Amino acid sequence: MDEEYDAIILGTGLKECIISGMLSVSGKKVLHMDRNNYYGGDSASLTPLEQLFEKFHGPNAKPAPEMGRGRDWNVDLIPKFLMANGSMVKLLIHTGVTRYLEFKSIEGSYVLKGGKIYKVPADEMEALATSLMGMFEKRRFKKFLVWCQQFDVNNTETWNGLDPHNSTMQQVYEKFGLDENTADFTGHALALYRNDEYKNQPFMPTVEKVRLYSDSLARYGKSPYLYPLYGLGELPQGFARLSAIYGGTYMLDKKVDNIVYEGGKAIGVKCGDEIVKGKQIYCDPSYATDKVKKTGQVIRAICLLNHPVPNTNDAQSCQIIIPQKQVGRHYDIYISCVSNTNMASPKGWFIAMVSTTVETTSPETEILPGLQLLGPITEKFVTVSDVFEPVDLGTESQVFISKSYDPTSHFETTCKDVLEVYERGTTTPFDFTKITHLSLEEQE
Amino acid sequence: MAARGGAAARPASAAGNKTCQFKLVLLGESAVGKSSLVLRFVKGQFHEYQESTIGAAFLTQTVCLDEATVKFEIWDTAGQERYHSLAPMYYRGAQAAIVVYDITNQESFQKAKNWASPNIVMALAGNKADMANKRAVDYEEAQAYAEDNGLLFMETSAKTSMNVTDVFMAIAKKLPLGAGPEPARDTVDPSQSTQRASGGSCCK
Ligand SMILES: Nc1nc2c(ncn2[C@@H]2O[C@H](COP(=O)(O)OP(=O)(O)OP(=O)(O)O)[C@@H](O)[C@H]2O)c(=O)[nH]1
Ligand SMILES: [Mg+2]
Repeated sequence: MDEEYDAIILGTGLKECIISGMLSVSGKKVLHMDRNNYYGGDSASLTPLEQLFEKFHGPNAKPAPEMGRGRDWNVDLIPKFLMANGSMVKLLIHTGVTRYLEFKSIEGSYVLKGGKIYKVPADEMEALATSLMGMFEKRRFKKFLVWCQQFDVNNTETWNGLDPHNSTMQQVYEKFGLDENTADFTGHALALYRNDEYKNQPFMPTVEKVRLYSDSLARYGKSPYLYPLYGLGELPQGFARLSAIYGGTYMLDKKVDNIVYEGGKAIGVKCGDEIVKGKQIYCDPSYATDKVKKTGQVIRAICLLNHPVPNTNDAQSCQIIIPQKQVGRHYDIYISCVSNTNMASPKGWFIAMVSTTVETTSPETEILPGLQLLGPITEKFVTVSDVFEPVDLGTESQVFISKSYDPTSHFETTCKDVLEVYERGTTTPFDFTKITHLSLEEQE
Repeated sequence: MAARGGAAARPASAAGNKTCQFKLVLLGESAVGKSSLVLRFVKGQFHEYQESTIGAAFLTQTVCLDEATVKFEIWDTAGQERYHSLAPMYYRGAQAAIVVYDITNQESFQKAKNWASPNIVMALAGNKADMANKRAVDYEEAQAYAEDNGLLFMETSAKTSMNVTDVFMAIAKKLPLGAGPEPARDTVDPSQSTQRASGGSCCK
């Protein structure tokens, strides 16, 4: 290979695959490589089940026969859902990648309060019936939600005396007379903040997040979340296909040694005996360990169950949020659960993932409140992974590194990082009108 | 290979002549003429200097049989086969495949043999039959191989359109049209602005 590529992309995790697609669509000559023989990197769905056992328990570990056919399992390594009205869905639609995927709504979202699991109300009926808050509080809360929907920065009449530039979210809660429980519910179950720092910051971002939640919920009615059949690993594959359609070249199972520099600027990648030339390198932190710094740790426990999660009305898929305060922590604990209905496991089996940001030196103890909600666990696979981010913007080295996947429950920060990396690399924001893919297909 | 939802056919209309939709994938080495075959079948066109697949990788075309209309959802490789890096998504739910080789290229025939996959209807297509003067693969040899492995076999030419529709037709006839409606899957289509009824995304 003595061609020179405009961009060499290392790692086929979701972020790199989206970037690859965007670069190919923009007319760049792209080579995309992965050291693994499968797509997805850290955002893969492992299949068959044997692969999961080998990865965590060594080459001789085998699943029990009653766990069914190995290839009926697609086990995600990171737990995330798509907000039905969020940026990942927009990206999928704009790029036409939705055509390669099928989605289902997650059946319900739940929140822990006082040791008990409550359903986050998904409609008026559920809102009236819920014992999450008292009658009068419900009225105040409803007023608050209406205000959120109508709020418009450009129209002071909708501000209701609250200044988006100065008023904090705490002040908003006070203004509407909402108690601490309701504030907890709003911040953690609706705005999906993982700690309480948002309370002392201007309220606009929180209002936007509450709106994203209700707009997403309004789309399909059961929960604000979507999930692809066969697991999240379908997402990187879909974007990789987009990249390939626009001329991107794919090589899996490739020995990638290191990035080669000349005078501080990357000129290519060393793969065994050869050096592949490229003007720019885009990669995940694991391919440029000397150019990233650790910012924290995440613990994730993949739990295989032969029953639904208790107290969720036998939901075949769900999310449970354990707000930090409920268990005396700084960060929330999340549980996500998918099953056969999502083509993630054989009939009768459920995959629950418990995750949070590590705060102490014994992370496994930290997730106990989550594990305890699951009932009997057949198999458990725990990882504590470092979270990395690049030390610089990559302008000089022309090496553009994405951040590790964070513990948020959805893809909003993932998309943000992707768009930022793209802009750092190309010095222009991504132009969605460049995608002509859809028009080339036969319209039905 | 996991067949989507188990059932193979997706009847779209209950009354009269039903339409069944199937996913068909193209397999085979680079430059054997996979995209050219699709282009000929779907649009009746041929380009002498067809660029390596860019832009279209998902086309549909229907063929009519006596008992049903078969709609093919055709997936082309988008060049990912070059370094054997096809994503599993590509095969997922496929009910039919055409493995293509170039009759003027012996290696492309040898490589074609690696693609065989059970449980789906497969055809072997010896393409560029118009270039018989440069033939490197025996008709009989390929036919015998196909027979031994339960594959449909035809030599085709995307250039002259010889046997192109016929291959798809032959596949359509072998597909299980009788299979009942796919069980409701409750999938949603995010690209539709309004909510769709259950199972709506697979029956068009
Ligand atoms: N003479 C002749 N040429 C053909 C025929 N089919 C395709 N070609 C030519 O062969 C070349 C490759 O065809 P493609 O359709 O791009 O092959 P492909 O298998 O899609 O290649 P990749 O997309 O790279 O995997 C083009 O120059 C076509 O014009 C045929 O039946 N006869
Ligand atoms: Mg092609």
